[in-house]
Amino acid sequence: MAEAPKATREAIEAVDLAENPFKKDFPLLANNPHLTFLDSAATAQRPTVVLDAQRDFYERLNSNPLRGLYKLSVEATEAIDKVRRKVADFIGAPLSQGIVFTRNATESLNLLALSMGRLVLGPGDEVCITIMEHHSNILPWQQVCRETGAKLVYMRPNEDCKLTAEEIETKITRRTKIVSVTQVSNVLGVENPIKDIAKRAHAVGALCFVDGAQSVPHMGVNVQELGCDALAFSAHKMFGPMGIGVLWAKKELLEKMPPFLTGGEMIDWVTEDDFGCAPVPQKFEAGTQDAAGIVGLGAAVDYMRAVKRENLEARERALVADLARKLGELPFIRLIGPANPNDHVAVVSFNVCGIHPHDVASILDSYDVAIRAGHHCAQPLLAWMGIESCCRASVAVYNDEQDIDNLVEGLQKVWGMFNGAE
Amino acid sequence: MELNNIYNTALMEHNAHPDYKYEMDDPTLQHEGVNPSCGDDIVLSLKLDGDVIEEAAFTGHGCAVSQASADIMADLITDETAERARHLCDLFLKMIRGEVTDDAELAELGEAAQLKGISLMPARVKCAELGWRTAMTMLDERLAAEGK
Repeated sequence: MAEAPKATREAIEAVDLAENPFKKDFPLLANNPHLTFLDSAATAQRPTVVLDAQRDFYERLNSNPLRGLYKLSVEATEAIDKVRRKVADFIGAPLSQGIVFTRNATESLNLLALSMGRLVLGPGDEVCITIMEHHSNILPWQQVCRETGAKLVYMRPNEDCKLTAEEIETKITRRTKIVSVTQVSNVLGVENPIKDIAKRAHAVGALCFVDGAQSVPHMGVNVQELGCDALAFSAHKMFGPMGIGVLWAKKELLEKMPPFLTGGEMIDWVTEDDFGCAPVPQKFEAGTQDAAGIVGLGAAVDYMRAVKRENLEARERALVADLARKLGELPFIRLIGPANPNDHVAVVSFNVCGIHPHDVASILDSYDVAIRAGHHCAQPLLAWMGIESCCRASVAVYNDEQDIDNLVEGLQKVWGMFNGAE
Repeated sequence: MELNNIYNTALMEHNAHPDYKYEMDDPTLQHEGVNPSCGDDIVLSLKLDGDVIEEAAFTGHGCAVSQASADIMADLITDETAERARHLCDLFLKMIRGEVTDDAELAELGEAAQLKGISLMPARVKCAELGWRTAMTMLDERLAAEGK
């Protein structure tokens, strides 16, 4: 089993953030040199190679995959399966049949909850998630718990945003049937100890699902190394197209699970009263897929491999550490998340003392600095932390030192507007 | 810069030193308005003397736009009749949604007309609306109860 590539401390320290060899690959950024884009955790920009791959599909291969018996359709089907193999390899999955294409990570998580949840949960059972989940890994479980009489249990981090071994052991018990956790929090930027969580889940006979929406784009993720049973992520956060998501799950689980959506392309046979399912993964891919989008995802994986994942991770880790450090030096900023800048994965959340995040983001926007402000689809987390909303800056490989300095300068102006003029 | 029209002196002044942000004793009407997506909320209180709004005040929290806009609203509707106040709220909401753009028509909004630029910032429309929408709901209910 190949281990996921990891950036070493030396590699992170060696990154020159003043240099930016990546911006030119991304037309939106290359065409808007004044834009400081620090919202990649919401959606990343796409490189030319991804845009070209989508266009190329429509120009060369366009036909309905799986259906046609003619060459064009066979080629379109092959193009999808090639990406399936590529994605499986990218996350260290043993078999490409375990890869299901969905619309996004949200749909992948809904599929898991509504199909697997309904299959295994009953009254008295527990589903264990964390308080730092995105709504897409909360609401489907709330829904399925309500339906089945199971209970939703939350693991909560300590004051440094870490899930402790004790918390994991206390919350994941014999009653737990499913554990579903995010690998990286989209607000705190902290990485959760998935290996330990999966080990504990399996020790009590529970399944372990992972939301990789914020991890797969930024770090080497290997499902066998993590030891999880399923992984959900979105193409659009990893330089791929919007509208394509991935669900990887162990093949034997997918075979047991009832279909999520039904209709065309997912069947073996249909009578007036019944139907038989196509084999995995087609069983979970009802209707015509966004084949061009899937091909675009393949190109995004190629791009990340060309950059080399360890280089990408080293640059992004250097960027986020620089960001957390420089924001931490501003006396009017309150950082949210782990204290050590090196413990952040691509995301730094913060508040400006006495100024509402929406005002901060609006004013920064007037200086062409794009950040996110609000509840970040994590209302239970914010409520638990006792805040209404916060600002979030997030980085990707195409950012540089100038972007971070532009944000810092913008924040000084925001502060000045509210405090200087009086 | 477009933004200077939004975060202008009037808005910053109302946000920093709101005249109408306090807890009112014995209000005639009270209503809570919320923007669930941003977590902004205000509680608006009105004291009526017959038909006339004698006193308007609010409490709550939110962004500078929502707080200043509520303060400007309270200032505008104080000493107005309920019906006139409802008309002003309606006009403001139409301005902020870009349905009324004629400055002459908006003149009766006084200082509130300075918030017109927010109609060009879809992400902030809800913030500016909060106080006015809350007042509108209260006045609608009051006037409906009186058969107006």
